[in-house]
Amino acid sequence: MFLTYLRRELAGRRRQTLIVAIGMALAIALVMIVNALSGGVRDAQASVLESVYGVGTDITVTQAPTGPGEGGPGGGRFEFGAEDGETDDAEGSTTVSDSRLTTGMGTATFDDTALDTALSTEGVADAAAALSLSNTTFSGELPDFSQLQGGGGAPGEAGAEAPPTGGADGAGGSAFDVDSFTVLGIDPAASALGPLSSAAVTEGRGLEAADAGADVALLDSAYATTAELAVGDTIDVGGTTMEIVGLVTADTADASTGANVYLPLDTAQALAGLEGQVSTVYVQAASSTDITAVQASLEEALPEATVNTQEDLASSVSGSLSSASTLVSSLGLWLSVAVLAAAFLIAVLFTVSGVTRRTREFGTLKAIGWSNRRVVGQVAGESLVQGLIGGALGIVIGLVGIGAITLIQPTLSGSAGSVQAFGGGEAPAAAAEAADRMGLTGDGGPFAAATTTSDIVLTAPVTVSVVLVAVGLAVLGGLVAGAIGGWRASRLRPAEALRSVA
Amino acid sequence: MSAPSTTSITLPTPADPATPKGTAMYTLDKVGKTYRQSSRIVTALKDVSLTIPAGQMVAIQGPTGGGKSTLLQMLGALDRPTSGDVRLGDDVLSKLPDRKLAKLRAKEIGFVFQGFNLIPTLTAQENVETALEPQGVPAEERRRRASDALAQVGLAERAGHVPSELSGGQQQRVAIARALVKEPDVLLADEPTGNLDEQTRDEIMDLLEGLWRDRGLTLVIVTHDSAVAKRAERRLRIAGGSVQEI
Repeated sequence: MFLTYLRRELAGRRRQTLIVAIGMALAIALVMIVNALSGGVRDAQASVLESVYGVGTDITVTQAPTGPGEGGPGGGRFEFGAEDGETDDAEGSTTVSDSRLTTGMGTATFDDTALDTALSTEGVADAAAALSLSNTTFSGELPDFSQLQGGGGAPGEAGAEAPPTGGADGAGGSAFDVDSFTVLGIDPAASALGPLSSAAVTEGRGLEAADAGADVALLDSAYATTAELAVGDTIDVGGTTMEIVGLVTADTADASTGANVYLPLDTAQALAGLEGQVSTVYVQAASSTDITAVQASLEEALPEATVNTQEDLASSVSGSLSSASTLVSSLGLWLSVAVLAAAFLIAVLFTVSGVTRRTREFGTLKAIGWSNRRVVGQVAGESLVQGLIGGALGIVIGLVGIGAITLIQPTLSGSAGSVQAFGGGEAPAAAAEAADRMGLTGDGGPFAAATTTSDIVLTAPVTVSVVLVAVGLAVLGGLVAGAIGGWRASRLRPAEALRSVA
Repeated sequence: MSAPSTTSITLPTPADPATPKGTAMYTLDKVGKTYRQSSRIVTALKDVSLTIPAGQMVAIQGPTGGGKSTLLQMLGALDRPTSGDVRLGDDVLSKLPDRKLAKLRAKEIGFVFQGFNLIPTLTAQENVETALEPQGVPAEERRRRASDALAQVGLAERAGHVPSELSGGQQQRVAIARALVKEPDVLLADEPTGNLDEQTRDEIMDLLEGLWRDRGLTLVIVTHDSAVAKRAERRLRIAGGSVQEI
């Protein structure tokens, strides 16, 4: 009887059923799409972060860089070694070529005992350390500065009118190239954690435990192509020639790995004069539920360090991916809430108006012995089924919308600070964004070391949770409308209900 | 589409009426009912004391607003008196909780309304079945009993039609079948012929009278129509909240 009555009622007032179902369907479809997009953006962010931090890193430990003037290795001043150049007296020029390996801007190093501290912290499954560096090679011609200084003087003074000579153009000018690439010193024995865990060796071999202290290097395949280098070639890092033993490519399509060149950690430390120093410790928690506790323990054990979780790091992803993330999380969320609230309101209003319209019907049912519970159950059942029809329709519309997004394949650009840029909290993220805005991402310029840019195809994954959310909302919408409508029906006194008709 | 004649209807006698004929089915003791309408108090019933024996056919007449429907609602356990007691057999209706009143209505009291009050989306058969739903009668038995009830009122062949496909007389027959399918002790009819033409009125009254005689029902009919009232064993007039025998 319940089902027959329910079916006949819903079929008998098709227009109302359809309006409520469509309202509910649109709201649920929107929630599904926003939810799926949110998942896609999360995946994209994780993908960008993986290219920097590797797979499995839950927490990174870095140290905030010291401010200007506070010293520390690799400060902001760049010495290109003009005094070491060869001077050609005949031409009045100095030819210089110098390669320096230093910590990048915004990067600080700290004692590698932090790795042992991390490994001994409760809840830590694994940890690995890395040293992030920047190699800058300066080569070119400079004017003979001593000549310039000797002939210099204020305008109008004797000798001040002698034109400068020497240099690349013979008139006191300079011509030089600055070649910069990022270098990451990694533990050659620990490939399961850290930046290379999300990369694959596509040519040659990877670093092995036996490579510790050896002058060997791995190159990011994209960088190798740009620099026209191949396995078996050599590369000058900090004035030392390294043999290229392999090329690595990020697992994620269109993403580059976290650095251009990878060296054994101790080799990198020795070349940079930073023995016993690291810039990042990658930590993997034993359980995803322990991450917050492990973060707190690490912050306590390493009070000087900056301890970030993946969630903290996600906020440092910039570019159009960041815009998409903001759009989905703010506009998408609120739009979903607003549409959902409107759909629920429509369902409630229609249900209440239906109860009012059916006052005589419910009064009659009560008069012939139907209990309040049975009448409320009937109203709630009708609303619930209406909600479920809306839910089913919403899932179809939502899947079509998600399918359309998958078909369009929007590409987003995500920039994440590399290992050098992270660790300083807000400032490096800002630096990364600034670099992105300035178009300095990639391999050129001083900010190059601070960002890794990836083009990510945005997906909208349909997960069980997305479908469950849709079904849950449909049930909730039906129950809310049914509960309010049922409450109204339960308050009808049979005598009054019948009298209102008389 | 003409309404079937009541002469062809067979009316089985119900087995053992719950209340033996002659004993008091209803006992009203100084029943009063007042309503609050905005700021004024309206007295619908004033110290009504009345006994209706089991198996009696009673007609209640009176002017509009005189308290006829209010009295019927008291008898039907749809409302409680402001003062006094209404007894149905041994049950004091005014003291029973809502849940028990609903059970009583489900089992012992049948209603027929002036406007038929059928569920518009349900067929005649399903409308009749709604009366058995609160008693938890199994679906198969429910269907059989509803079909029998429709056959008894001469509408077996219209069982699959919704109310909008039936004439006024046919709708009232469905309403009567709905009231009787649960085999109640009491049938309360509020202006059952008020919306019907003269011929249909007579057919419906023939049906009700036949059912009353054959089943030993206690039948209380509220009516404006003297022709209807004249068929009753006993006639009451209610005016200004007070009841008088006619």
